[in-house]
Amino acid sequence: MTTTTGTPAPSALAAPAWRRVLAQAGFETRAVLRNGEQLLVTIVLPVLVLLGLTRTGVVEIDTGGLARIDFVTPGVLALACVSTAFTSQAIATAFDRRNGVLRLLATTPLGRGGLLAGKLLGVLAVELVQVVVIGAVALALGWQPAAGGILPAIGIGLLGTACFTALALLLAGTLRAEGVLALANLVLVLLVVGGGLLVPPEQLPGPLAQLAAFLPSGALGEAMRGALLGTGVPPLAVAVLAAWTALLAWAAARFFRWQ
Amino acid sequence: MPTSIAPSGADGATSSARPAEDPRADGAGAAVHVRGLVKRYGGRDVVAGLDLVADAGAVTAVLGPNGAGKTTTVECCEGLRSPDGGSVRVLGLDPVADARALRPRVGVMLQDGGLPTGARAGEVLHHVAAMYAAPRDVDELGERLGIGSFARTTVRRLSGGQRQRLSLAAAVVGRPEVVFLDEPSAGMDPQSRHAVWGLVRELRDEGTAVVLTTHLMDEAEDLADRVHVMDHGRVIATGSVPELLSPDAQDDRTLRFDAVPGLDLTAVGAALGSTLDGPLDGTLDGPLDGTVAGGPGAWTVTEPQPGSYVVTGPAGPRALAALTAWLADHDVLASRLTVGRRTLEDVFLDLTGRHLR
Repeated sequence: MTTTTGTPAPSALAAPAWRRVLAQAGFETRAVLRNGEQLLVTIVLPVLVLLGLTRTGVVEIDTGGLARIDFVTPGVLALACVSTAFTSQAIATAFDRRNGVLRLLATTPLGRGGLLAGKLLGVLAVELVQVVVIGAVALALGWQPAAGGILPAIGIGLLGTACFTALALLLAGTLRAEGVLALANLVLVLLVVGGGLLVPPEQLPGPLAQLAAFLPSGALGEAMRGALLGTGVPPLAVAVLAAWTALLAWAAARFFRWQ
Repeated sequence: MPTSIAPSGADGATSSARPAEDPRADGAGAAVHVRGLVKRYGGRDVVAGLDLVADAGAVTAVLGPNGAGKTTTVECCEGLRSPDGGSVRVLGLDPVADARALRPRVGVMLQDGGLPTGARAGEVLHHVAAMYAAPRDVDELGERLGIGSFARTTVRRLSGGQRQRLSLAAAVVGRPEVVFLDEPSAGMDPQSRHAVWGLVRELRDEGTAVVLTTHLMDEAEDLADRVHVMDHGRVIATGSVPELLSPDAQDDRTLRFDAVPGLDLTAVGAALGSTLDGPLDGTLDGPLDGTVAGGPGAWTVTEPQPGSYVVTGPAGPRALAALTAWLADHDVLASRLTVGRRTLEDVFLDLTGRHLR
């Protein structure tokens, strides 16, 4: 081998960028779908919440005369988005960071940019699986989404994914892995109970009603419900979600530490 | 610097790859060229003006005690850290500014592994290979390093040596021109170590520049064409192993023996010194470290561990006789006695000191 004598163009030595990113996305997706705890948070938990809220009366929700399954499913989809983009991604990235995986992959042709792109694509792939599973269960329970709301709902889901992935990277890139593990699960529970994901902010008790509307979770839940219930996407919710996305993306880019 | 006494292979491979120049003259044509590197953490200089050269087709060892700055130096070469001073060039490029161009040409094995713990070993190797246009045959490489037997095991469950072998495979799967291996044999059993050493030699013979950090003397001695001995963030000695063993001391031999602890080192030195021509001036220091200077050669007698003695000097048959005679006079039975050459470890300890850190 005489590669030392010549200097071939780097583009000839590395796989094409799209193939590197796709490989990373596939690797990340398989990692989530193979991991028991991750599956529990991303698939089992949302389905259980969907069944719990529609088949039992444990939680009081004022559906405003709408079918309960129609009212609950958009919130469950919002929860699924947060569980994958935030909780699952924060934990995975934090441990990859602690174990040096981020540093090692940054030395391969994938690079840091490719790693981030691969992670984001991986999140979207897992979300696709979630939508298929949750959608199938909801449809079996009689869910009738507003047909005109599906496209806006996809856009809102993408914005929510960007927002919560940025939050995940902010935590994973600044805190210890064990801290992220605890915090990411705790935040998910808090957002489910009082963050306006499942229960509309205005139905939450006391000051939470005002607060939750301005949380990314409340905004995501409200926008998702508005789209899929056919009542119209509230512009305020989209503005709040976009503002959080910009802030968190900036903070993640600014404070993320690779090692 | 003389190049004629480097171990076989190194110079042949280098000169055939670069017939028109001697890359060692000023390091300009070297695969890795570090000049005056400075890296600070919290105001402390971890690397303090370090110079280092590594050639294509050669194994370059960075040898040093823990905390000497080896890993930081290598990480600056890998583009993982930005230097605070000095210059780093890998294949003529800046590892940070030209990272995109360098990544496909440089292979890295990190000290802490960096392997995703949840994935299977074989999957990790295939994944890293997918980043390159023309990677090595993954199965063939896996077989070379014995990865096939644990390819379906998750990284989390691998032993230390298995992880190291997988990390090495990941570092070389993209056919890099420069490979950085940070303590490649850490935690390896002897079989793994020899498999790794074999692969490193093969990479060298193929023309790859291999840079490895180690604190294992035998690794540096067996593998390296050039050794940079590092301490406190600087290179304190550079050369091939024969050069480091010092031409003046080429005839020095080491007598090692085990006996009851606490022998009088000064007296042992004096007994050996009597085998030399000329008068002794017996300058001695410390109860555990006696040095007797005597003419052209000097005897050093130490007891690195209680009951284990090392005598270094121009030892011939008479010195051996003098030593055993002294032991007999003092009614001491040596349970083991060996005669050997001065080793890199002796040089290393001379350079970096014997205190623990």
